[in-house]
Amino acid sequence: MSALGQAMKVERWTPASRTAVAGVAIVVIALAVAPLLLRAGLVDRLTALFIYVILAAMWNALAGFGGLVSVGQQVFFGLGAYLTIRLADAGIDPFIAMFVAGAGVALFSLPLSLFMLRLRGGEFAIGMWVIAELVHLLVNLDRLVQGETGTSLISLNAYEATTRRETIYWLALASMAALLGILFVVLRSRVGAAIQAIRDNEDAAASVGVRVVTTKRLLFVLAAFGIGMAGALWLATAVTFQPKTYFSVQWTAYMIFMVLVGGIGRFEGAILGAIIFFLIETWFGSAGVWYLVGLGATALIFSLLLPRGLWGAIEARWDLRLLPVGYRLVLSSKGQVARSASQISDHPTERVESA
Amino acid sequence: MINQLIQGVLLGGYYALIACGLSFMFSVMRIINLAHGSLAVLSAFGLWLLAERFGIQPFLGLAIVLPVMAAIGWALQRYLLERSSRGGALLPILTTFGLAIVIDNLLFEQFGADTRSLAPYIGSLSYDSWEWPGNIYVGKLAVLILVIAVALLGGLQLFLSYSSMGRSIRATSEDPDTAGLVGIDAGRANAVATAIAMVTVGIAGAALGMRATFDPYSGAPQLLFAFEAAVIGGAGSLWGTLAGGIVLALAQTLGAQLHPLGFLIGGHVAFVLVLFVRLFVAGRAGGLRTLIGRAG
Repeated sequence: MSALGQAMKVERWTPASRTAVAGVAIVVIALAVAPLLLRAGLVDRLTALFIYVILAAMWNALAGFGGLVSVGQQVFFGLGAYLTIRLADAGIDPFIAMFVAGAGVALFSLPLSLFMLRLRGGEFAIGMWVIAELVHLLVNLDRLVQGETGTSLISLNAYEATTRRETIYWLALASMAALLGILFVVLRSRVGAAIQAIRDNEDAAASVGVRVVTTKRLLFVLAAFGIGMAGALWLATAVTFQPKTYFSVQWTAYMIFMVLVGGIGRFEGAILGAIIFFLIETWFGSAGVWYLVGLGATALIFSLLLPRGLWGAIEARWDLRLLPVGYRLVLSSKGQVARSASQISDHPTERVESA
Repeated sequence: MINQLIQGVLLGGYYALIACGLSFMFSVMRIINLAHGSLAVLSAFGLWLLAERFGIQPFLGLAIVLPVMAAIGWALQRYLLERSSRGGALLPILTTFGLAIVIDNLLFEQFGADTRSLAPYIGSLSYDSWEWPGNIYVGKLAVLILVIAVALLGGLQLFLSYSSMGRSIRATSEDPDTAGLVGIDAGRANAVATAIAMVTVGIAGAALGMRATFDPYSGAPQLLFAFEAAVIGGAGSLWGTLAGGIVLALAQTLGAQLHPLGFLIGGHVAFVLVLFVRLFVAGRAGGLRTLIGRAG
């Protein structure tokens, strides 16, 4: 009881997190001018990294914050690419088509959410996979796609190679920065508090008046839009569209790997996970099957031994929060953080331990 | 038309067989095992290896493969699922997904991309059939698979209802803590349940290998078929699973009639429709309940 008598304050920003946000701004600016200095191959690789960050952040938004684990997010990835192909074929400039496609994917996800969000846990996870398979098969019926033979985003050829590479790079960077920004703002808003309440305990959240389904729908549509954009961007870098590659469950496997390793439910975790995945792919990607076995095994081991991921471990070890989306309770008279109470808004599992 | 209905029901028997382990695990542990299909394919490869290398006929091979599958199930629960379900309901999904990727790719590493079948090792059973009036041929293997599915589903039901282990498993699934108070070892009950589920997966793998071909990446479609059959039948209900398998197969048959690429589409559409209808009925039932409440 004596603790309650002391002066307390609720804290969100720390000196470390202010520095981190400034650091992020500097990194984004540096990345924006990078293509003028880097060689072409590196620009392409960085574009891929940005797309991975989008994928990880969007899957993390859905699973880590919304409590919705989906194994069918490739449906939005494939659909983003497919709609870009379709729109470009209708004569729209490919770069504009990419954004319209992203919006189209978001629009598609809205009615889908009406019945998919009724499913819980594993049913939602595999249900989404079935949806992905169904959409894949339906896209195959489109004559333009020519079944599994696929087609290409030919209209990109209108742009000269360097212009094309740099435009795609900047679009990917801008999409990544914008999506991360939107997610950061949403998670820190009133809706964000609702989201984290749902993640911690859905029934309890509903009982205090959180509109569970509406809040989940917001995350579902946001994730669909982000992953749709990622699919469109990937198409722009790869040019060819084969339904099998874009609607492959592999994409969701990558998302799960990145988020599990980086730290599920941690804003910074998804970014860290994407960078790690990018490095692993760069170094070991040529190892073929063993590379995939390694990815699966790593995800499995992390889910068993380190379910909060690397960033969760870093947070716990150094009490570090760089991009804070929760609040912490500080007992100012002692000048120290009340550890047990400080975790409330950030960590569901630790909350149980401290209770 | 009648012929297609009969073939559809027989195919539904296979789907019920592959779905029965998934449905069983879901009903007693609330866990959906994403490695379900991959484990069935693993069993099929095990039988293929025994037949190819050591000349052991697949039906005899089951005597080796099924105990191995049971052991895999026991270990799966003890070392993976028990640990990961402590971290919440979502973590086992990710754990079993990781496991599926590992199994699929290890199988690929070991056996390559070739498609295999157990059909060459079971003699004439793979193509023998009975001729029914009206030029209808009913495959003996397909009937056998349907019979095994019904027997397994019925056996599981009896086991859960009447055996002492079955009661322990049901008690654990209702309330593990209270079950613990009356002396039930919850960990053991769940491990036994998973072992049983993996035996059915092993049998389903044998059925897959005998009636069709498989390759290292066949696990994902089998998981989806199993899941669709279980959900259409009402997840967790064992007899519903049989009905779900038959509905799935009939929808696929119908889809194939309508369009050359319609087989899989038909099944997936049936799944989505069932979800739709359930949503609608749930809404209606809620409305009915308020009506009745008001009248009372």
